[in-house]
Amino acid sequence: MIAEFGLAALWLAAALAVLQLVGAALAQTAGGKVLAQVVRPAAVVQALLCTIAFVMLLWLFVRTDLSVLLVASNSHSAKPLIFKLAGAWGNHEGSMLLWITVMALAGALIALIEYRLPEKTMHATLGAQAFVGLGFYAFLLFSSNPFERISPVPPEGMGLNPLLQDIGLALHPPTLYAGYVGLSVAFSFAVGALLTRQVTPEFAKVMRPWVLGAWIFLTLGITAGSYWAYYELGWGGWWFWDPVENASLMPWLAATALLHSASVLASRDALRTWTIMLGVVAFSMSMLGTFLVRSGILTSVHAFAVDPERGSFILALLALYIGGALVLFAMRANTISEGKRFSLLSREGALVVNNVALSAILGIVLLGTLYPLLTEAFDVRVSVGPPYFNPVSAIFFLPMLVVLAVGPLLRWRHDRFARVRLPVIIIAAVGIAVLLGVWLIAGIALLPLLGMALAATVAVASFLPLRGRALRRLPIAVWGMAVAHFGVAVALFGMAADSAFTIEKLSAARVGETTVVGPWQVRLDRVEPVAGPNWTALEAAMTASYDGGEGQVIRPQSRSFWSPQQQTSESALLTRWNGQLYAVLGQAAENGRWQLHLWWKPFVTWIWFGGLLIALGGLLSLIGRVSVDVRRRSATTRIEARHAEATR
Amino acid sequence: MNTGLKAKHQRLVLVVIALVAIVAAGILAAWALRNQASYFYVPSDIASDPPEPGQAVRLGGMVEQGSLRTASDGVTLHFVVGDGEARVPVVFAGIVPDLFTEGSGVVAEGEMMPDGTFKANNLLAKHDENYMPRELEQMSEDQARATVAEATE
Repeated sequence: MIAEFGLAALWLAAALAVLQLVGAALAQTAGGKVLAQVVRPAAVVQALLCTIAFVMLLWLFVRTDLSVLLVASNSHSAKPLIFKLAGAWGNHEGSMLLWITVMALAGALIALIEYRLPEKTMHATLGAQAFVGLGFYAFLLFSSNPFERISPVPPEGMGLNPLLQDIGLALHPPTLYAGYVGLSVAFSFAVGALLTRQVTPEFAKVMRPWVLGAWIFLTLGITAGSYWAYYELGWGGWWFWDPVENASLMPWLAATALLHSASVLASRDALRTWTIMLGVVAFSMSMLGTFLVRSGILTSVHAFAVDPERGSFILALLALYIGGALVLFAMRANTISEGKRFSLLSREGALVVNNVALSAILGIVLLGTLYPLLTEAFDVRVSVGPPYFNPVSAIFFLPMLVVLAVGPLLRWRHDRFARVRLPVIIIAAVGIAVLLGVWLIAGIALLPLLGMALAATVAVASFLPLRGRALRRLPIAVWGMAVAHFGVAVALFGMAADSAFTIEKLSAARVGETTVVGPWQVRLDRVEPVAGPNWTALEAAMTASYDGGEGQVIRPQSRSFWSPQQQTSESALLTRWNGQLYAVLGQAAENGRWQLHLWWKPFVTWIWFGGLLIALGGLLSLIGRVSVDVRRRSATTRIEARHAEATR
Repeated sequence: MNTGLKAKHQRLVLVVIALVAIVAAGILAAWALRNQASYFYVPSDIASDPPEPGQAVRLGGMVEQGSLRTASDGVTLHFVVGDGEARVPVVFAGIVPDLFTEGSGVVAEGEMMPDGTFKANNLLAKHDENYMPRELEQMSEDQARATVAEATE
């Protein structure tokens, strides 16, 4: 019954999306005032129903109801509860249901609290949101029904891929999806503004917090995903330029550009068309990412041809929405009146450079991700990895950081170089000093060297805009900018330090033997079998001491899961403020030795601390924007009340 | 500097700047892709048209029965990858994937050494009974049959 109830809720939600779309369309005409009333309630009820469907799916997984195909093929009664729950979205159908649920919730939220734009624009926005949602409802109901039953009921489930049986699965996909799908709001706002020709600074002010929210989730999701891959895969790497990773990076790049151009539109009424364009592109990248991950096209173009239904469905949706939005954009772009002018040496000018660089990086990542698919269509098999992505994106990334350092010091509209000469000299001096210092002392490769120098530059520069201002009275959003930019510096320093100074040691050690890796001495104490709820493992106990200090015990494992049968390495980490020791246990070598793979990774954790700081900066900015808006709104209400009193 | 320009001209200047940057990015990307993409080889490709030493490539095939041996350091492996027509000796230092065995399919990332040995930096084997690296799915019929036979043993 639970499954049928969930399916019914999903159908009803889809029906309400139709109602929302029709209501919104009629609201644009003169006679549709009555139906316009249903648009906002429809969005809210639709989200409620969708949430019910999702909760039903969770319930099925908790009960391990094996008469449901999705549960039988992805779960197992012996799995810990948290992984039963997380397993609900660790598969195709469940993750698409999560996607549409998040999207419906986002739509309901704008329907509930957003009253700043003209009602007609809001209706167009909610209509666009329903239109996009409908495609995904159709996809779920017609080709990926998560509630499908099977008969006969199997005695036991197939289990969940052990690589996914980790707390990371509980956190990473929902966070990332909140970001992906949150961008649908920006898309809908852009479409709504195009339809009603209301591309104004007010529109940007309304859109900005939503973009910020989605962007914070994306940042957190990417950071968490990177750390998860780092400790779970056991290769010591934190970013592999894997297509799935790129699928999350591309919307982030577009959303970052959108955030910055929206702030130009909001403060200065410039870059109108460009902001709309980015709103469309950001969510398009989310959908493209979903297509890449969900269509099976990544395994092989040919695999896509073998089971084309789902892939074709998403490809058709992709073409419909992106194509439709771009056609609308092309038709309306020239009717958007031009915004205000500015000179190249100004805050706007710097933000334009930021936007162009981010777009160029986006293009580079997109080409590199799609290239293997293109060549495979001509039967040439290639893979594109770090030798392409690192240097080519750095060509745009590094200059962008220079602009990032200087841009926030500039004034809006027009500035003179003489005014910012002193801070620019300070910034440049810091950069050059670090560049020379690191080069003389360590003599590392060019890219990490430039990375470190720019990290120092940006770190100093991120707080220079606060110079000479009353810190207590500074808007929170300005703090947000400083913290986020500082986070970029911290993450960049971690990346550069990790790639320049990592020490890797591969050895076959006897019990009692000590291996030296960088400043660490690691002694293998014993290797013994251990067992968990659905796995058995060989566990090594090792004593690691830093620089001859006190020993700490770490326990890497080589795990064997029995349903499905698979082995994974569980790495062991030892974290200090200045880096991490990373240990992996391999197989038994001859003469009673054990293979050990050890890394000393200086400052590697700074990468993820940087990511968290960037998200924190976004959060501060969001709090600042919203609180200013709330204060302004209550002030207006008070003034209106006073007016009403005076006229009475 | 452009304060005297009309709004229309300013838009034009911005569009031109953006276009130049994006076209430059595209050309750069295309050029880099041709040079940096790592091509997939099977042993017979390497026999007929070997890649330049030092160029990053991927080698896919079957680990020959009886060819796997571990050097005395306990972590360096030597084995031979074949496809029924040609054989390529491979050296790899590291921890092998759990399902890496003689007679199974493997994709090795690395480069050819001047002496004709393939130096692998990374090995991709079957992760589990369901998942295979994408290259393994496209081997010739014989290889696919052999792989399937091995996988279902």
